[in-house]
Order: sequence, then structure tokens, then C-alpha cells
Amino acid sequence: MSRQANRGTESKKMSSELFTLTYGALVTQLCKDYENDEDVNKQLDKILLSYFLPRGYNIGVRLIEDFLARSNVGRCHDFRETADVIAKVAFKMYLGITPSITNWSPAGDEFSLILENNPLVDFVELPDNHSSLIYSNLLCGVLRGALEMVQMAVEAKFVQDTLKGDGVTEIRMRFIRRIEDNLPAGEE
Amino acid sequence: MADAALFEFLHMEMVAELWAHHSDPGPGVSAGSRGKEARAATGQKMSLSVLEGMGFRVGQALGERLPQETLAFREELDVLKFLCKDLWVAVFQKQMDSLRTNHQGTYVLQDNSFPLLIRMASGPQYLEEAPKFLAFTCGLLRGTLSTLGIKSLVTASVASLPTCKFQVVIQKT
Repeated sequence: MSRQANRGTESKKMSSELFTLTYGALVTQLCKDYENDEDVNKQLDKILLSYFLPRGYNIGVRLIEDFLARSNVGRCHDFRETADVIAKVAFKMYLGITPSITNWSPAGDEFSLILENNPLVDFVELPDNHSSLIYSNLLCGVLRGALEMVQMAVEAKFVQDTLKGDGVTEIRMRFIRRIEDNLPAGEE
Repeated sequence: MADAALFEFLHMEMVAELWAHHSDPGPGVSAGSRGKEARAATGQKMSLSVLEGMGFRVGQALGERLPQETLAFREELDVLKFLCKDLWVAVFQKQMDSLRTNHQGTYVLQDNSFPLLIRMASGPQYLEEAPKFLAFTCGLLRGTLSTLGIKSLVTASVASLPTCKFQVVIQKT
């Protein structure tokens, strides 16, 4: 009976690491793809950054459906509610952590999510000289894509990162505007 | 603790991206064709092998996270059963549906509703696309086996989505 219980825990652990391991393997592969090209190598940070933002966006666009189906969360009435849902429901559901919400702007259109550590970096080895922003942008893309599907145009960016030696990881979220019509991306 | 959905969505993106990145194969080009289509076919093969390679590294890492007691397998068949039950449940939240072997180092693992194919379609539609969605998982199996001390070749085949078969051939060194 206890052996079965052990098995269950190990299964859960493996399952949760699958995403971060795969993410790490993808980053390693991308770096390898470009390591022989001298010109590209100088631009590697920009290239990787430009790789992860749209990929994250695509993931976010699909993830929101999964989230809405599983969380039973209703429509958010303002950005504060949105912040709560992101931190307490979404992050908890997908990454098993609950970031804290701080640093609200006076206008209530910007806030920070503080994470004790960057959830994506457990198994990622940072190649020398490369900015840790490459990892961050997947998460920012996901947030932007997901919120766009619920009619919110936002900007998400990392302003602090434990990978870079900062004490915490901080994502700054900024509300740009409500998306009034359901226009396909690129037609605005 | 990352949710399983995150992996599925990331995997989808990887399949889409690696394809666009490496080549632009025309419709109907199959891996292994020769002549003027060989160039495009090479691009296609490279994408599949890159995905397989990533799956291999991830499978290896997953294998390294196993508790010591599971590593004391008595027989090769026990290892394959472990893949079908524990590994599959950990990665896809379900067990493999069947395991067959010729008792001479070849195993066929069948999943009747493979999660990475389910979102695509049912039936014979999209059969050509299916291999892209299986490459990573083939590598995953091969990588976990490698950590458990077994060298293998893993291929997959699909007759009708979302059922697929993984063929594991043990390599004797």
C-alpha cells in the first residue's frame, strides 16, 4: 500500500517536471541551432527573445480555453480582479505557485507579480553571456495571448529575475486597453 | 508543479515551429523519398530527428528522477511494463493500452487514445501529419530506457488517429 503511495508521488513529480524539462531542452536546442553561425551568435539574445514571445502568445491563446473550462471563473470586472485571478487561480493551476501582487500604479492599470523564483528555470542551464530574458518571454507571451482572448490588451515583462541574480522574479503587467471588437490579430 | 496541459501546448508549438524553421516540404513528400524531393525530405527528416533528440534528453532526465527501488528491475519485460504503466501515467495521465512482445527484444506498445494526437482528429485524416506528433515521444521512451541501462530504437506508427503504436527494439551491445 505504501509502495503504491510512493509510486503516485513519484509519478506526480515526473509529470510536473516534464514541462520544465521540455522547455529547457527546447532552449538548449535553439542555442545549438545557432552556435555555428557567427553573425547570428551576436544576435542570439534578440533571436531567442523573438522566438519565445510569439510561441508563448500561441500557447496563451489556447491555454485560456483550457483555463476557463477548468476554473469556472466568471468575467473579471476590472484589472484588480484580473490580477487576483491570474495570481491565485491561473498560476496555481498551471505552475503550482501563487505569486504575490504588489506595486499597483495610482491609476490601477499596472501591477507586479512577485515570484520567489522563476518557475521555468529549474532544469535550464544558461549558456554563458546570454541574457536570462530568453526564458522569461515565454511566460510573458502566454499572459499576453491569454488575456487578449478575453478582450484585454496587456503588456507583460520581466523586470527582475532570480536567474540574473535578483532577489525575486518580478513580472510587470500593464493594462493597455479593452479590445472592443473580436478582430483577428493583425487586422487592427 | 507544472500542469500537464502546459506540456501539451508547448509540444504543439514545438512541432509547428520546428517544421517551419527547418524546411518547406511540399504536400505529399514523405521522408525517405529520393531525387528532386530528397532535399525537402532531408529537411523533413531533420525536423523529426531534432524533436526525437529533445525527447531523448527529456526522457533521460525523467529516468534520472526515478526512486532507487524502481531501478531494481529483474527483467527486460519489467522495464517495459514500467514504461507502460508508471512512465505513461506520469507523462500522459493514463496507462498504455497494450504491450506485446516476441520475447526476442521487440516490443509493441499501443495507445488507443494518445493524448498528443487526440486534439488533432479521429480516423484516417491527417495521417501524414501524425509522425510529427510522435517523434518527441519516441525519443522520450528511448531516453528513459537509456537511463535504465537499455539501448533501443523506438519508432511509432499510426493507422488511425488517435491510436498509435510505439515499436521498441532492444539493441544488444
